[in-house]
Amino acid sequence: MNQDPATTPAGLRHRAETHASALPPLLAEAEHLAATVLLGDHGRRRAGVGDEFWQYRPAENGDELRVIDWRRSARGDAHFVRQKEWQAAQSVMLWVDDALSMNFTGGKDRPTKGHRARVLALAICVLLNRGGERFGLANRGTPPRRGEAQLARIAGHLMDAAFNGDNDIDFGSPNARVLPGGARAMFVSDFFGDMAPVAQSLTAATDRGVKGVLLQVLDPDEEAFPYDGRTVFESMSGAVRFETLKAGSLKDDYLARLAARKAELQDLCRATGWRYHCHHTDQPALKALMWAYRALDHAQ
Amino acid sequence: MIGAIAFTTPLLLAALFALPILWWLLRAVPPAPIKRRFPGIALLLGLKDDESQTDTTPWWLLLLRMLAVAGLIIGFAGPILNPEERQPGNGPLMVVMDGSWASARDWPARIKRAEAVLAEAAREGRPTALVSLSDLKADASQFVAADALLPSLSGMAPSAWAPADDSASVLAELTEGQSFDAIWFSDGLAYPARPDVAALLEGKGNLRVIQSARPVFALRPARFEGSDIAITALRSPAEAPRDATLVAFGPDPNGIEQELARAIASFGAGASESDVVLSLPTELRNRIRRFELQASRSAGAVSLTDDALKRREVGLLASSEGQEAQDLLSPLYYLRRALVPTADLIDGDLEEMLIASPDVLVLADIAALGDFETELLTDWVDKGGMLVRFAGPRTASGEFETADPLMPVRLRAGGRSVGGAMSWGEPKTLRDFTRDSPFFGLPLPEDVTVTSQVMAQPDPNLAERTIASLADGTPLVTRRTFGQGQIVLFHVTANAEWSTLPLSGLFVQMLERLAISTRPVELSAEQLAGTTWIPEEVLDGFGQTRRADALAGVPGESLAEANAGPDLRPGLYSNDERRIALNVIATDTVLEPASWDSDIPVEGMAVEGETPLAWYFLTGALLLLIADVLASLWLAGRLNLKTSASAAVVVLALALPQMGQAQSNEAESRAITATSEVVLAYVKTGDGRIDRVSREGLTGLSQSLFRRTSIEPADPIEVDLETDDLAFFPMLYWPISETQRLPSDRAYAKLNRYLRSGGMIVFDTRDGNLAGFGSSTGAGKKLQVMARPLDIPALEPIPTDHVLTRAFYLLQDFPGRHVGNDVWVEAAPADAEQVEGIPFRNLNDGVTPVLIGGNDWASAWARSDDGRPLYPVGRGYGGERQREMAVRFGINLMMHVLTGNYKSDQVHVPALLDRLGN
Repeated sequence: MNQDPATTPAGLRHRAETHASALPPLLAEAEHLAATVLLGDHGRRRAGVGDEFWQYRPAENGDELRVIDWRRSARGDAHFVRQKEWQAAQSVMLWVDDALSMNFTGGKDRPTKGHRARVLALAICVLLNRGGERFGLANRGTPPRRGEAQLARIAGHLMDAAFNGDNDIDFGSPNARVLPGGARAMFVSDFFGDMAPVAQSLTAATDRGVKGVLLQVLDPDEEAFPYDGRTVFESMSGAVRFETLKAGSLKDDYLARLAARKAELQDLCRATGWRYHCHHTDQPALKALMWAYRALDHAQ
Repeated sequence: MIGAIAFTTPLLLAALFALPILWWLLRAVPPAPIKRRFPGIALLLGLKDDESQTDTTPWWLLLLRMLAVAGLIIGFAGPILNPEERQPGNGPLMVVMDGSWASARDWPARIKRAEAVLAEAAREGRPTALVSLSDLKADASQFVAADALLPSLSGMAPSAWAPADDSASVLAELTEGQSFDAIWFSDGLAYPARPDVAALLEGKGNLRVIQSARPVFALRPARFEGSDIAITALRSPAEAPRDATLVAFGPDPNGIEQELARAIASFGAGASESDVVLSLPTELRNRIRRFELQASRSAGAVSLTDDALKRREVGLLASSEGQEAQDLLSPLYYLRRALVPTADLIDGDLEEMLIASPDVLVLADIAALGDFETELLTDWVDKGGMLVRFAGPRTASGEFETADPLMPVRLRAGGRSVGGAMSWGEPKTLRDFTRDSPFFGLPLPEDVTVTSQVMAQPDPNLAERTIASLADGTPLVTRRTFGQGQIVLFHVTANAEWSTLPLSGLFVQMLERLAISTRPVELSAEQLAGTTWIPEEVLDGFGQTRRADALAGVPGESLAEANAGPDLRPGLYSNDERRIALNVIATDTVLEPASWDSDIPVEGMAVEGETPLAWYFLTGALLLLIADVLASLWLAGRLNLKTSASAAVVVLALALPQMGQAQSNEAESRAITATSEVVLAYVKTGDGRIDRVSREGLTGLSQSLFRRTSIEPADPIEVDLETDDLAFFPMLYWPISETQRLPSDRAYAKLNRYLRSGGMIVFDTRDGNLAGFGSSTGAGKKLQVMARPLDIPALEPIPTDHVLTRAFYLLQDFPGRHVGNDVWVEAAPADAEQVEGIPFRNLNDGVTPVLIGGNDWASAWARSDDGRPLYPVGRGYGGERQREMAVRFGINLMMHVLTGNYKSDQVHVPALLDRLGN
């Protein structure tokens, strides 16, 4: 009896090696991308639990003895309490579309949409990690954590979803159930699938107080529709077919529909207080990264 | 057959009827769709094609395909333009070629036509024979399959002579009892055997003649007209006026064959002859080897020259000139009479005459020559002059204690004469000439008598030096070779005082045989009787000369008949010092066009065009199919116009000729690189391995220099001596290999300029392991050959106080991969002196222009880019030490090259003395 190669030791090893070979480059690429962004720690501008000094305040009744800063108090008659700035870590949940449609690229000189999406997501994670935030991957329900181990875990999950995904669905939809309340979220996808799950996720997230960004990653070919002649279009899995005798004549209709889809996404964002950005794989990833980081920061 | 087009397989044309079916089939099949994976399909679903796009093939594409298929069908049906309607022949066929010199003018066309004839015979399966009338062989009439003759046909070459007079009878004998058709490739000239051969071939069967309409050109031998050379050009047939260029070829002073003169032979309308007169200086005239008519290429259009066109320069000197004596008593009177018609005479004193470099110098009764004159004469004879001396009273009275180097034999004082001390009874006559003598065969007149002569001392060599003697065996003429020249002594006077020899015709003939005078143009069989002539070079049918080493000599009589044939090839024949040219065209040859009986069909040479058209149709069909492919792609939207256009632009850009500019740019950038930084250079030897080692070696040396000294060289450059400018490089490293090609004269000139202007060449024979004391290797010999034209001063092994020993490091040895061999540099001047207390002489200024050694330095210097040594040197630590020393030598060398004798400056002496421990 033939065993499923994915479960045999050899298959496992093969998968492990695939991971091992692809993971460092992905992480390295994300680190490289993140290294170009220089950030300061963002304090909460009020006293709380943290590492940085915030202020000395006169001791009040009820303050425990051990919180009094004796060094400062010795310089005067009053007692002072040393307070630190509150550095509350935010939780950011990422959802990266790993459906087959993300495996598309229109040219050999640009990465697939999925690759770009993974690099961007991981780069955001690197930045968040540096900023002391917690982050998790909504695809797998990874709870938000921080640290290098979490980075490696997320990278592993991203690679796993990309190369060993047993999903054969053409278009993905975000999963909002695992979003902890008050967290922030980032959905990266081409948003070519059904809009209903997206709208539902977004509203559900907003209901829980989760705000975030939608990053639409598109291939330039999907924007330009440079096809002509008699063509049979197939979805990436081959499940959906569409035949036209003259593809060129469909271009205008297609572009109108694409614009409508973008407008729909923007409307959705406006309604829920999320932010929307469209990124093309022939543009530098840094631009999208900067936008996403800033947008996440604003969304709080 | 349709008009001028016929088909080889007309039945195939029936396939054209299938075209309408094809039309219907093709219409039914629309172009295949492209499959594309596209995520945006989600947005496409539900869209409709707004116009009803045809799903059938457009009509023009169909038409294109139809045409292509029709082209294929017609092409394979084998269309032929201008088909030849021939009666298929049967029975044996004989292809008769004249094969004479006159056929050479359009030989390739002849062969092509004959190939066509043979191919046709092969198709018809006729047994065929191939016969050359100029070269009739016994197996010529064997009829074989025509295919088998094709190889021998392409190997055929025209003979340098015309068909022999007995060709008809020979051919008749060969073809006894056979009957066949014949195709005769005629050369277009009439010759004696032609009517007979024509009659013979007509008798055997059908005869067709193929004859070229191009005229035949020929040259008669050159002759003198006064002091000018006249030469007659011939042509046949004589029709329109035409100019032909006549060129005279001969060796230039360096011995290289060159064009010496050029003239135009103008044939008027209908004129078959044209005379050209060339007026040339004697020097030039004597050098002419052959004349060529450039209008056509054949042995007949080449005329070799011989002694008849040469006039020797003869200097005459007599002792009693200037004395008032009667003309007839003058010692030179008869010589002048004999020589004036055939030689250019020079007068003057000995020194002046030698400056004019005469071929022959005649001294009449001059016994005593001064030391200086003797020396001059000895030199001149040694270099090939011919000294002819006549005896006389002074010679007879001379003292001959020691052998005179300018006499062929030692003479006995006094001579003898009728009634003298060694008395003769009566005047002596001459003895017949022996076979070894150059005079052999000359008839002896009865009336030549000798009354007085000088006597030779008996000597073992006397017999072999005697070339004419009297009836009693005493020598009359003696000869001795001396260096490249020879010395001849007539033991009698040059006038009639001692003998009647100068009065006789024999005297003139003897002078001619000795090549003192040159012969008159005409040669008679009697004059040549009994002599044997060796062919030096012979002409082939195309008029090219080649060495005739393997050919046997010919008797003079047959040479006189001047009837060229297989046994007597046209060419240059020599006997001793004399040369006779035998040309295809004699002085009286006339070219006449061949005339044919009216019942013999005569065709031109051009092959009338049966043109197969199949390829045009097939190529056209192929092009249409390619167009169809492109059109289909375009229809299906798979042809990306943008990328195709850019591809076309790239192809065009590549095709545009930009080479010249690129090259000059390259040379310029090279010059800039070479001058902007110090660059070590090596000479390209053409041997890839050696060049690589040189490059690596100089790279390694450059690295070492960069690290250790203030010299910071750029990457080494390879120098091609023939094309590159040398002026930019302070030093050239030149490894010697045996297989290297010698540089050209221009390259040598460049090298010498480089050496004189301060450049330095390091010669490395790379054979230090083989070249020991006194032995010479191949590379060493090659270096000697190669360096001969270079301007190199005297050399010496590097002396211990040479500046190379202390230019940067203190060295006494100059190892490379090999060690312990002398390295040679320019020798120190002889007056260099050692000053007390200073260990170094004050040596010459400047840099030694060459450094010669065999230690294979490049291998020791060689390092890869990351600094690892590439080739093994010695063993272990000692080897590494040797490599280090080699690098130090390289650094010293570059220091010496770049700073000259700076380190020789006395300023540094104290410091150096300190270092040396003095």
